[in-house]
Amino acid sequence: MKSALIFPILIPVLTAAACLLSGPNRTVQRAISMTGAALLFLAGIWLLREVHTAGIIVVQLGNWPAPFGITLVADYLAAVMVAVSGFVGFAVAIFALADVDAGRERFGFHPLYHVLLMGVCGAFLTGDLFNLFVWIEVMLMASFVLLALGGERAQIEGAVKYLTLNFIASGLFLTAIGIIYGATGTLNIADLAVRLRDESTAVPLAAAMLLLGAFGIKAGLFPLFFWLPASYHTPPVAVSAVFAGLLTKVGVYALIRVFTLIFTGMPEITHPLLIWLSVLTMITGVLGAAAQYEIRRVLSFHIISQIGYMTLGLGFFTVAAIGASVFYIIHHIIVKTNLFLIAGAIRYARGTNELKQLGGLYRDYPWLGVLFLIPALSLGGVPPLSGFFAKLALITAGLSLAQWVAVTVALAVGLLTLFSMTKIWAEAFWKAEPADAPPHPKKAVPVLMLIPICTMATVTVLIGIFPSVLLDFSNAAAAQIMNPQLYIDAVLRPTP
Amino acid sequence: MDSLLLRTAARIIVPVQLLWSVYLLVRGHNEPGGGFIGGLLAAGAIILHGIANGMPAARQLLRVRPQTLIGLGIAAAGLSGVIPMLAGLPYLTGVWGFGFPTLVAGTLKFGSPLLFDVAVYLVVTGVGTLLIFAAAEDGEEG
Repeated sequence: MKSALIFPILIPVLTAAACLLSGPNRTVQRAISMTGAALLFLAGIWLLREVHTAGIIVVQLGNWPAPFGITLVADYLAAVMVAVSGFVGFAVAIFALADVDAGRERFGFHPLYHVLLMGVCGAFLTGDLFNLFVWIEVMLMASFVLLALGGERAQIEGAVKYLTLNFIASGLFLTAIGIIYGATGTLNIADLAVRLRDESTAVPLAAAMLLLGAFGIKAGLFPLFFWLPASYHTPPVAVSAVFAGLLTKVGVYALIRVFTLIFTGMPEITHPLLIWLSVLTMITGVLGAAAQYEIRRVLSFHIISQIGYMTLGLGFFTVAAIGASVFYIIHHIIVKTNLFLIAGAIRYARGTNELKQLGGLYRDYPWLGVLFLIPALSLGGVPPLSGFFAKLALITAGLSLAQWVAVTVALAVGLLTLFSMTKIWAEAFWKAEPADAPPHPKKAVPVLMLIPICTMATVTVLIGIFPSVLLDFSNAAAAQIMNPQLYIDAVLRPTP
Repeated sequence: MDSLLLRTAARIIVPVQLLWSVYLLVRGHNEPGGGFIGGLLAAGAIILHGIANGMPAARQLLRVRPQTLIGLGIAAAGLSGVIPMLAGLPYLTGVWGFGFPTLVAGTLKFGSPLLFDVAVYLVVTGVGTLLIFAAAEDGEEG
């Protein structure tokens, strides 16, 4: 059924509207928000199933045929991104019940959260470059407010940096759209693929570089990533967890879309460039993390280094490598969101995320230590967790292309990631609590925080035990991506 | 601001402006106008009332919270796209029902695009008044 494609956008918008209409009553808003998040998760699963049975699904909004109208497209990649976003959105919504204070809820946390999810899902599902811009703006506007909501000094400082860099990215994106529209007269991605795929002239190259700049900033690629660690540790944990899991992935997703569908006519320029940017991103991210002593800042820098792995697969540009990227994205969304949630649980228990003031957590909360180790070791790539298979697939793909430098860096960065994770473990959990630690009563971590943390840890372990399920899926998605004719035919030659 | 001139003028301008905003809304599908500009005019009328008689009076004139208008508008916009889906058409396809003649604006035709325009009108009115209320009352939440 084609309408499966509409619901991941329709559900969050109606949830946001219902939250606004329900008035300031906290309990009602929470109930609506939870229902909406659960429905979105189910809609994501449904969409994934439909794509699995029926192939690429296309809806022409308003019944105007492509390339004139607005197209929504779901292939494997888009559908799985929506499904994972629904999962993360639901999990973090549960966590937020215990984490977000009444003041923020009164000023509209719940509607904004759903607008954010709508922007994310819309960006994954759109088949039109200008609509991609619009969805990313929807997502950014909600994220600006969520970031600044509460008005703490650090929050506003982080929000200003975040806002400035993202505005520059939006400007680049819009410039690229202008150039492309001027040169081709269309912005439908499938139609652009037909017109620009084999072009190697200056205009598509200029547009490709502008888009690389725009999506690179949004994904957190080297060298314009510094907005991310400057802002992600300031808002409530639920907000930074959903940012960490989803927002940069929209940038990566957009990069994968345009550099596999549209700008493939100049592989000798674009793909080595992507590889080198990825390598530098991995190195700077992981070195930046080594210098940090605040848990969420450490984790923020690790987002950047991990983004490098995802775009590295795109740079390799083989089915196996892009499959590895898809696997990596899915694994990383779950693991990174979970690590931020655990940082939130630590902050709840001890009132701080500064490693220097933490200690002795293992004695007071041994199970929290175990729950931390699962995503932390997975992030570092320790077998048999999900991260090991993600790295293994990527490195195998790199070796078969004889990309020695990139493979060496990927391995070394994995080791340094492990170093950072053991640093958090040793400082927060293992060492004795320092004398100057802020006073805190010993309190149990709320169940509402533990449910999402445990669920995501379970998923991480399950991916590790049954990697072939996700690996087969990622490779099917990659095969679909690397055969753009499928996408083009689905959009431009619709079967009634 | 306390000004007899402004209050007297507002008493005449506000109703005319509100009526004009609805006129712009309904003629907007095929001619200049539409939900956005209509909503701006409506918000402007309410704010004019607020400048002349104080923001509490403007809130009273609006009767509902601006947030409610925004929520209603967003919901209506989302649902206006669902109507064609009931007929098996793609999301947001325009479906038209019956039309009836009006004296000033030609034939008024009911359909899902009209509902969408009304939704835009509500959202713009809500956002416009919310922003000015917040600025005028120095950030106090109502």
